[in-house]
Amino acid sequence: MGVALTRSAQWTAAGYGTGTLEITPLNEEILKEIIVFVEHFIYKYPQEAKFVFVEPLEWNTDLKPSAFQSGYFFSETTVESQEVDKNGQPLLFLSVPKIKVRSFGQLACLLSIAKDTKLKEAQACIEGNRDPVVKILGSEFGEMKEDSIALNILNKIKADDDHENEIKMKIAILLKELDLHLLNHTLKYISLQISLNPVTVKKDIELLQSFSGKGEKTVLESIEYTSDYEFSNGCRAPPWRQIHGEMCYVLVKPHDVEVLCITCSTEGVFLNGGKTDDEGDIDYERKSEVYKDLVTLLKEKSAIFSENMSKQEFTFNEEQKNPIEEKQIKEKEAVSGKVITSSDRPKKNEISFVKTHMAKRLEPSLNWRTKVDFKIHKSSAKDSQEEKHGRLEKTRPSLSHGKTVDKTEETISESSSESEEDEGQPDHRQEANADLPSEYWQIQKLVKYLKGGNQTATVIALCSMKDFNLAQETCQLAIRDVGGLEVLINLLDTDEVKCKIGSLKILKEISHNPQIRRNIVDLGGLPIMVSILDSSYKSLKCLAAETIANVAKFKRARRAVRQHGGINKLVALLDCAQNSTEPAQSSLYETRDVEVARCGALALWSCSKSHSNKEAIRKAGGIPLLAQLLKTSHENMLIPVVGTLQECASEENYRAAIKAEKIIENLVKNLNSENEQLQEHCAMAIYQCAEDEETRDLVRLHGGLKPLANLLNNTKNKELLAAVTGAIWKCSISKENVIKFREYKAIETLVGLLTDQPEEVLVNVVGALGECCQEHENRVIVRRCGGIQPLVNLLVGINHALLVNVTKAVGACAVEPESMAIIDRLDGVRLLWSLLKNPHPDVKASAAWALCPCIENAKDAGEMVRSFVGGLELVVNLLKSDNKEVLASVCAAITNIAKDQENLAVITDHGVVPLLSKLANTNNDKLRRHLAEAVSRCCMWGRNRVAFGEHRAVAPLVRYLKSNDTNVHRATAQALYQLSEDADNCITMHENGAVKLLLDMVGSPDQELQEAAAGCISNIRRLALATEKARYS
Amino acid sequence: MNRKKLQKLTDNLTKNCKHFNRSEVTCLIKLFYNLVGDVAERPVAVVGLDRNAFRNILHVTFGMTDDMIMDRVFRTFDKDNDGCINVSEWVNGLTVFLRGSLDEKTKYCFEVFDLNGDGFISKEEMFHMLKNSLLKQPSEEDPDEGIKDLVEITLKKMDYDHDGKLSFADYEKAVREETLLLEAFGPCLPDPKSQMEFESQVFKDPTDFSDM
Repeated sequence: MGVALTRSAQWTAAGYGTGTLEITPLNEEILKEIIVFVEHFIYKYPQEAKFVFVEPLEWNTDLKPSAFQSGYFFSETTVESQEVDKNGQPLLFLSVPKIKVRSFGQLACLLSIAKDTKLKEAQACIEGNRDPVVKILGSEFGEMKEDSIALNILNKIKADDDHENEIKMKIAILLKELDLHLLNHTLKYISLQISLNPVTVKKDIELLQSFSGKGEKTVLESIEYTSDYEFSNGCRAPPWRQIHGEMCYVLVKPHDVEVLCITCSTEGVFLNGGKTDDEGDIDYERKSEVYKDLVTLLKEKSAIFSENMSKQEFTFNEEQKNPIEEKQIKEKEAVSGKVITSSDRPKKNEISFVKTHMAKRLEPSLNWRTKVDFKIHKSSAKDSQEEKHGRLEKTRPSLSHGKTVDKTEETISESSSESEEDEGQPDHRQEANADLPSEYWQIQKLVKYLKGGNQTATVIALCSMKDFNLAQETCQLAIRDVGGLEVLINLLDTDEVKCKIGSLKILKEISHNPQIRRNIVDLGGLPIMVSILDSSYKSLKCLAAETIANVAKFKRARRAVRQHGGINKLVALLDCAQNSTEPAQSSLYETRDVEVARCGALALWSCSKSHSNKEAIRKAGGIPLLAQLLKTSHENMLIPVVGTLQECASEENYRAAIKAEKIIENLVKNLNSENEQLQEHCAMAIYQCAEDEETRDLVRLHGGLKPLANLLNNTKNKELLAAVTGAIWKCSISKENVIKFREYKAIETLVGLLTDQPEEVLVNVVGALGECCQEHENRVIVRRCGGIQPLVNLLVGINHALLVNVTKAVGACAVEPESMAIIDRLDGVRLLWSLLKNPHPDVKASAAWALCPCIENAKDAGEMVRSFVGGLELVVNLLKSDNKEVLASVCAAITNIAKDQENLAVITDHGVVPLLSKLANTNNDKLRRHLAEAVSRCCMWGRNRVAFGEHRAVAPLVRYLKSNDTNVHRATAQALYQLSEDADNCITMHENGAVKLLLDMVGSPDQELQEAAAGCISNIRRLALATEKARYS
Repeated sequence: MNRKKLQKLTDNLTKNCKHFNRSEVTCLIKLFYNLVGDVAERPVAVVGLDRNAFRNILHVTFGMTDDMIMDRVFRTFDKDNDGCINVSEWVNGLTVFLRGSLDEKTKYCFEVFDLNGDGFISKEEMFHMLKNSLLKQPSEEDPDEGIKDLVEITLKKMDYDHDGKLSFADYEKAVREETLLLEAFGPCLPDPKSQMEFESQVFKDPTDFSDM
């Protein structure tokens, strides 16, 4: 027992002496075994059960005296057993909360009394008596070592032959047995558990990484290792922690809780003490329960994780499964007669119906995965326990051979990125062999000819295969399931041009299927296709590029294209103008250069969805070529070109290049195209580029505003509408553009779009109106067209991007007193005010900005503000935010609120002065300006001037005068002027060198600033004079 | 052959030949006489390449292997069926063989594949041409079954009028739809690589012949 308890049981690291048992599954298991032992002791060895311990086992119990019944004498706080020893001492004595027990019999009774809390009692008992053997049998038994036990026992028996010792011996042996049993048991338990290993942990983490990032749909914000260095055994923990079975530490930032620092050890994962701030060391102490894996832990800790995870669950599980398990699941499903229905998984396109149908019908006759893992699969399919062994079996050999390790790691790292929508499709192969469609057999036959035929037969087979409906999933999957994909990809590696062409023609079609794409990448098809891009046959290049365009729809594929140098080659395809020296003779398999360029653009479009690829395209000199191609008039060409540009315009580098390459002109030109898809991509590209002022001007100069305004009338195509409204929004940031839009009557149309549109459109429409309404004429137009009502109605939405824009637009409208009256009537101010509670800081800030003109222009504003119950307190409390924009906006709102004396009194009571004073130390000019304004307003009440001085707001304010922003100067000078009414503040200002700074301001061309600065100086001067006077008189 | 005669021959052939220019024709004529041997010694005899010599060229220069196809190519070149290819047959044949348009090549290939020259490619002919195209699997009961099946597949694909044989119209339509089917029953055109080698070798330096 001793050995098991000291070695196997997991004591908390802290304080070994008084240590407590950790609550781990292993400890629980040990305790349970001990309980069983004690409970059975009384039946198995009745005589020994009566043996009185040398020393009582003592611990603190939770049991109430009232729980004891017959066989005990009990008072309110004590219980004595009726059973006594030779000296008349009770064998069990409880004096709340201490309990002493002196025999196994009593221990067993106690446990039966404890019922549900058995485990707790046993734990307390073990914790209270770190060496139970010594207490039970006396110290001489405690010293027994395993090796000498038999000898010891013999000696004992020889030494004194009395009855008691015999029993003692027997108990000693029994305890020894228990000890052994416990050790064995724990061992068994440990091996039963799938203990984590570096490979599985790494895989988990990489998977989670792929699901992480910004945005609402991801499961986590970020997850990363604390250390980049990976030891050769796959662990990242420092060696002295690896001894404890710890493998790595990860920092996880879930959406809803603080950063979690997690230890991954072989026993499971748990929270540790986190990173200590100064040296970046980790506090290794365990701070939570042990969970079986990361996902379980995170589910427990983060609600958003568990929620988003359940959405991803299916995909995730799918990813996690090794091929063998996947196969296993298939089998299980086949056994239970279940077939995955299309509703079970995220479906992406129209094929899901066919798929369920297929699932029942096709059979994996030449399944490449099954072949590989067949042996392991067989051994692991029996039951769940063996399944676990199966998994261990699988990982172990892979660790022993260097080569295979690489391989597994590669697959792991690859699978990590399979997160994108189109990879979400579970890879299902068909099991039941009944009812296969006739195509399946025909395709199987053709694949046979492909494999066993010469060039002629191969071409015939390829041509015949092409006649099947390759858009249909039945055929796509049939080709794969009969092993056709391998053959097709192998053909690409031959010298036979005709075979390559035929094969690519088929691959191009079937790669529309997401599963096939993944299979093509798995089979290493991409590098071969990339190398074909170098071919001298244009039609081959075209086909290869088109197939790449289809395959590179997911991250891993895009990465593969880049890593094999595909981006450079694809960019080279765009360069059709320079290859104009066509060979005199055109061979049979040639196409036009334009077509090559088009296919290249198509492939680049697919590839350009990855950030690194965008960079690679730029580096390969793709932008000038795209700009060149943009001058053509073929729609087929323009769509992929503009699509690529639009994808890439998310990068700052590109936007600059797009401007430099004069691409905007052509984008604008193509807005006039007939093709809606082309229009959409052009508008989208303009939308992304028009953040830049010069670009906005270019759009106007090239006459792009009119087509944009005209496109607003096409309300049927929502994608187009969203892109167009987006472009209008960004363009209308420039005043000149707004004037044009007004000319084109775009504002009226925009107002009309405020209702019954999808959110993507609404966000842009409202954003555009918000920009337009910065001007008086437009505000009038919006009001006249009845735009205010729908705008106010949108204030109740939940989309935060929309809310930011709506509040801005409403705020812009509120500048007009007449519009304000309407907003007030619609209760818009209350809605705005309630948005101050929105969790998004952007919305808060935007709402607070919008409130400013509302308060300014509302009739009876003071009364209105007071009518919002708790509203003022809410505003004041927002000063505790840590977002600069929120703070600035709230300061501005407070400035407006404080214009009303009563309200100023209320916010003063809510402690606005100390809060404002606390913010004073800032370098943000926007915040400084509004803060100074708020301070100057708040000085108007009671002893607030003095209070600002007491809260040390004056000195930092003086420093604002050193800022470069005149607005800050004006606001600060005014604030200082107000503050200088108090003598102490004057002293502080003077001490901080305000006078010199203010003297400079007096010379400013800004009148208000002049006046305020002069006023402030005069106050300071007057104080000085008064002091002098007082001194000399 | 004297220069005047050669000049005249070249002029004649160049006139009728679409895809070669004069200097190229000159080169081909020169090559022809090189292959045939010194003509001057046998001025009257039928001048030309016989079957074996021609097959040898096809095999060595253009990498063709199928005897039957090579025979058929010879027959197609040999327009007058005299068992040997004369200089005009040589030049005119190579025009299509090397640089023919798709239509010309279609016609040429059909002629090659139409073994008996009856204007149709019958099932038997197809079988004949395809019989070596599949790897024989010892396990199969009927080794010809695969070939028969392949013939059926081809018919299904190309026989538009469903008469169980391929007419030129069928063949032309199928090729138009899928260029890959041009050489449906075996390679009878030079593969691009050997074609390029041949042309670069033969047309290397046309000025050499200008003063012949």
